Amino acid sequence: MHPHLQPGPLPARMQLAPGNRLKHFLTIEGLPHLLLHEILERAEQFVTLPAKQQKKAPLLRGKTVMNLFFENSTRTRVTFEIAAQRLGADVINLDIRTSSAAKGESLLDTVRNLEAMNADMFVVRHEHAGTAQFIARYAAPHISVLNAGDGRHAHPTQAMLDMFTIRQKKGAFEPLKVAIVGDVLHSRVARSQIHALNTLLTGEVRIIAPRTLIPADIEKMGVRVFHRMEEGLRDVDVVIMLRLQRERMEGALLPSESEFFKLYGLTEKRLELTKPDSIVMHPGPINRGVEIDSAVADGPRSVILEQVTNGIAVRMAVMSMIMGSTVGGTA
Amino acid sequence: MNLLISHARVIDPASGRDEITNVCVQDGKILALANDGHVPKSFAPSETVNARGLWLFPGVIDLAAWLREPGLDHKATLASETRAAAASGVTTLCYQPEPATSINNSAPVNLIRDINTALGKVHIAVVGNLTLKLEGKKLSNMGGLRRAGCVGVTNGWQPVADLKVMRRALEYATTHDLTVFVYPLEHELAGGGCVHEGEVSTRLGLPAIPAAAETVAVAQTLALMEMTGTRVHFCRLSAAGSVRLIRQAKQDGFKVTADVAAHQLHLTEMDVVDFNPLCHVQPPLRSQADREALLQGLKDGTIDAICSDHQPHELDAKLAPFQQTEAGISSLETLLPLTLRLVESGDLSLQQALGKLTYQPASVIHSSAGRLTAGAPADLVLFNPDSLWDFSLEKMRSMGKNTPFAGWSFKGHVVRTLLAGKTVFQREAER
Repeated sequence: MHPHLQPGPLPARMQLAPGNRLKHFLTIEGLPHLLLHEILERAEQFVTLPAKQQKKAPLLRGKTVMNLFFENSTRTRVTFEIAAQRLGADVINLDIRTSSAAKGESLLDTVRNLEAMNADMFVVRHEHAGTAQFIARYAAPHISVLNAGDGRHAHPTQAMLDMFTIRQKKGAFEPLKVAIVGDVLHSRVARSQIHALNTLLTGEVRIIAPRTLIPADIEKMGVRVFHRMEEGLRDVDVVIMLRLQRERMEGALLPSESEFFKLYGLTEKRLELTKPDSIVMHPGPINRGVEIDSAVADGPRSVILEQVTNGIAVRMAVMSMIMGSTVGGTA
Repeated sequence: MNLLISHARVIDPASGRDEITNVCVQDGKILALANDGHVPKSFAPSETVNARGLWLFPGVIDLAAWLREPGLDHKATLASETRAAAASGVTTLCYQPEPATSINNSAPVNLIRDINTALGKVHIAVVGNLTLKLEGKKLSNMGGLRRAGCVGVTNGWQPVADLKVMRRALEYATTHDLTVFVYPLEHELAGGGCVHEGEVSTRLGLPAIPAAAETVAVAQTLALMEMTGTRVHFCRLSAAGSVRLIRQAKQDGFKVTADVAAHQLHLTEMDVVDFNPLCHVQPPLRSQADREALLQGLKDGTIDAICSDHQPHELDAKLAPFQQTEAGISSLETLLPLTLRLVESGDLSLQQALGKLTYQPASVIHSSAGRLTAGAPADLVLFNPDSLWDFSLEKMRSMGKNTPFAGWSFKGHVVRTLLAGKTVFQREAER
């Protein structure tokens, strides 16, 4: 009987090999608290390694990492590429949009062909939710899949680099209040952040947005919902701004960019409502004057560029854990 | 051929009969139901079946099966699916048109009838197109469809975007005394979604269909019915709000009936949490509260029938990320088992459950089958109520193996199916 006719394992179950070792990295949902800490610890090791040594940590020597990007994203792809290269892996970038998919080859056939080229890890980005999990389920057993964003579902490395940045600046998660602001409806980043923050026992997770940008029953993911910045930002330690796509104006979700900025844009004045030592984050790329004022984005509270730097260390951490190696030797 | 079925527990939901008695079958019809000593003297059986310990009830009438042939034969054929039906106690299937197997005039109706007559496993009742090519723009040849024997017309899941066209289609169908099978969905509101809008769609980030996309369409259709006086059958209810609206409409005297797919009574949105494409259905699996409302609707008579909504697919149709897979379950063979499970769980009485599969759907399509009375067609099921079995893909007869019910355990199975008095299925090595 064809394996697809058997019920599939839950994504959270599927990404763990025996001994709770990370086999794939598909979603934060369902991962144990300790494992998230392990990722953060491991990333810390990569960050504190002197730059020279960092570039010579060949934990993935002889391994082939394939970046399968079905959706364009130069920025994210480059950070994965740098992370893999620093670990000594061979990296191959495939822009599937312009190759096989356009010729009508099925996703599974594409995967089978790449497997046959001795890949060890697929880094997958796709416009449809569940694609990374689908590939993980049907790929050969020796292949690991790392989700670099699937539809609106998950973007787990982005969430972990955000957690890393928060921990770097704030220490423990328990006393923190974190607000996520903007287009939660379309955001895989927000979903992964919510899971990560809650798994790490963050004191309070808030989201702030108009009703049109909040998905149904989001409260059940463990967040408090606010529709007014003036209420939601009060006394928070961390503000995470989400990117607002221009096409949201088309789907009658918002009247205009200017009204959005007026009501939900992060300005210095609004930032005064937060804790005096609060930090401002953004997964990038930022829309100045749409969701965030330049004075804030470039201001002293902003850690946006540090997020980008940390992204490499976190991706190195996840990749090395998946490939079963430890800093200072292969396990 | 004359057949005497003796000492079966005869269950006829239409009359409420439930007793051990004998059934005499002559010339494809039920001649009489008679206790020992009362079998008509003139009746000389050529075969006698000792059915002690078995149940006998009318053959199942399934209001919706997507039989694919002609046009989508790679998914299923009339031969494969009618064979599966007979083995599952189904004696009447309602053929649903879809864009690739569209029924605009009498020709395809006659073709399906000819193929099916040669196969001889079940009756097929054809539901024709409401609009030409199901495009929602021009009327189909409803007069011809009626004369060819269609039991109703529908636009399936294809939208009729222009309400003026919908009004005229309802009026024209009424002219020809055709029931309109409405699949209630406001397509713009559904917005290309593939799962129920709620907790699970939010977690999985899948595009979602709100329950209101269905209830809005039900309300809209009811408003048009009030103007046109059309007889409407609502297909595949999934939302609590729809049940409420139809309950009220029935109280207000609307000529309306409704059905639900058996899987909606057992699965909910939670079954999609692993992106399982086998649970990708239209309408989507909804919340636990919706499921309970559907059960309540069955109990209080708001929902008249349980159907399979059988949609066999080839393997590749489900072998992709969730959103890209085709919707539907190959569900002919689980219709009776899933419905009887509702008796075991105490949700329905045995009479209620079998009624939703027999005389009630029969009245939607104006069929004289589905009841055990003298003169009715001898479409009968002999059923062993005690056997325990697991539903397995290996033993499935349908060409489509796309079901989430593999491995489910069921109690009781079909021993023999009769179509107009003729045995069309008999289980080997039984009893």
